Amino acid sequence: MATDGPTPLERFISGILPENPVYRQLLGMCPTLAVTNGMQAAMTMAGATTFVLVMANLITSLIRNLLKPHLRILVFTLTIATFVTIADRFLAAYLYQMSKQLGPYIPLIIVNCIIISRCEICASKQGPFTAIADALGMGLGFTVALASIATIREVLGSGTWFGLRVLPEMWPDWVLMVLPPGAFLTLGLLLGTVNWLSSIKARKAKG
Amino acid sequence: MSQELDTAPASDTDQAKAPRIVVAPSPHLSEGSFTTRRMMLDVLVALSPPVAVSIWVFGWYAVVQLGICVISCLVAEAAFIAWRGRAFTLGDGSAAVTGVILALSLPWSTPWYVGFIASFVAIGIGKVVFGGLGQNLFNPAMVGRAFVMICFPAALGAAAYVLPGSPLSIVTQATPLTALKQGLVESSDVLSLLIGNTNGSLGETSAIACLLGGLYLCLRRTASWEIPAGTILSVAVISGAGYLISGSSFLHPLHHILGGALLFGAFFIATDPVSSPLTVKGKWFFGLGLGAIVMLLRLASGYPEGLMFAVLLMNAVTPLINRFTIPDPVGGPVPQRN
Repeated sequence: MATDGPTPLERFISGILPENPVYRQLLGMCPTLAVTNGMQAAMTMAGATTFVLVMANLITSLIRNLLKPHLRILVFTLTIATFVTIADRFLAAYLYQMSKQLGPYIPLIIVNCIIISRCEICASKQGPFTAIADALGMGLGFTVALASIATIREVLGSGTWFGLRVLPEMWPDWVLMVLPPGAFLTLGLLLGTVNWLSSIKARKAKG
Repeated sequence: MSQELDTAPASDTDQAKAPRIVVAPSPHLSEGSFTTRRMMLDVLVALSPPVAVSIWVFGWYAVVQLGICVISCLVAEAAFIAWRGRAFTLGDGSAAVTGVILALSLPWSTPWYVGFIASFVAIGIGKVVFGGLGQNLFNPAMVGRAFVMICFPAALGAAAYVLPGSPLSIVTQATPLTALKQGLVESSDVLSLLIGNTNGSLGETSAIACLLGGLYLCLRRTASWEIPAGTILSVAVISGAGYLISGSSFLHPLHHILGGALLFGAFFIATDPVSSPLTVKGKWFFGLGLGAIVMLLRLASGYPEGLMFAVLLMNAVTPLINRFTIPDPVGGPVPQRN
């Protein structure tokens, strides 16, 4: 049953920081830029994406011996779409305001490259336990990335965090940060910081 | 090239005494005095008439804005240099120029933190992230101003310029271009636009001061005259055509040329040698395009003045202009290989 490849723990760890989907692989840019103007929206998005990631990886891993190479992408997409629809309807039923606010970005999880790349790289080659560990690691990495961007944008742009006031009332809101340019600037600066930190690490490892 | 050779330590004393042969690429006859520092000092000298007029018109407001922006820019430059561990570049004056231009482009009423944030964004996001002076795609001062303009619309919008009942009588009226937006066409006469006793951003009010400083820059060859000439020509043609077609409902072309930030921007902001094209033909394109976008934004956008966005947009197409206007080398164009 078990094929060669990284162990579940390695898969889980590498998804969080070493192969962080946003900062190291630059995948899932659309939700990263679009829904990070507040922590609530960002965390709902991260939760929905992680749910779809885990379920799609699990199903793909279970049926991996039935996959035909030329049809695999189609099967991945159908699997993902099923769980995205479940997540979308769930949010519409229980978190109606958030579902309204996120608008088309929940259905757009279907085309999120993180999920399809995990199906292709891990789930279609390894067993269900590894696939779930991989999905959880990647989901956590995605959550960390969204949380870091959304924290900067919401605190500077609205003076709040999860809708709670963290900066004094006299704080002048940086309107730009909750607008699309703020997303690009924050992501760019954070990506630069991550690259800078990893280059320092690489230099230290060299000697 | 030659500097690197000069500073290479000689391993042995005989070698140090031997005549040194320096191998360097052309041009061999370059003017040594034409340094960044000299250019930036020129710009500061040229900026003194607008600075003087702004202090005359707005008094302490102008002094305070200039102080905040220049000091913040210098602090930001020093901080980013220290962080990157680069050679100390505060002495070349580019940060001071950015600070003065930024301050002169702000309204008199701007709160202190706006100038402070704009300065850090101008130096940090406008210049340092691209690799420092000479590498920046956009004019740093305009990057900083655009950032705070979108961040704090209340502090930089048309309403920020006007304070009814202020002891400073100039700031009780709308700026000339805001008056145009509201349909009050003959609110200001050409004479006050020339002298500068109108409302507006700190440095833009006096056309004469901008022209004086600008002509000095062009005569010293620090700025290329093609860029302001193209800008003014373009604005004159477009506003002249509009005036001829729509008649008195359209602002007089002189108002369009002398009012707003046009002259200040054309001479001091658009001529930034880093973010403007390299070739003569390209500079004409740059100036003409700048004037056209300024007119488009003045007439068709929600903002009364569009110089800042026009400069940023033209900065963005500068690499393209450079590519399209590569001059032919001596001896004719390079034959295309099939």
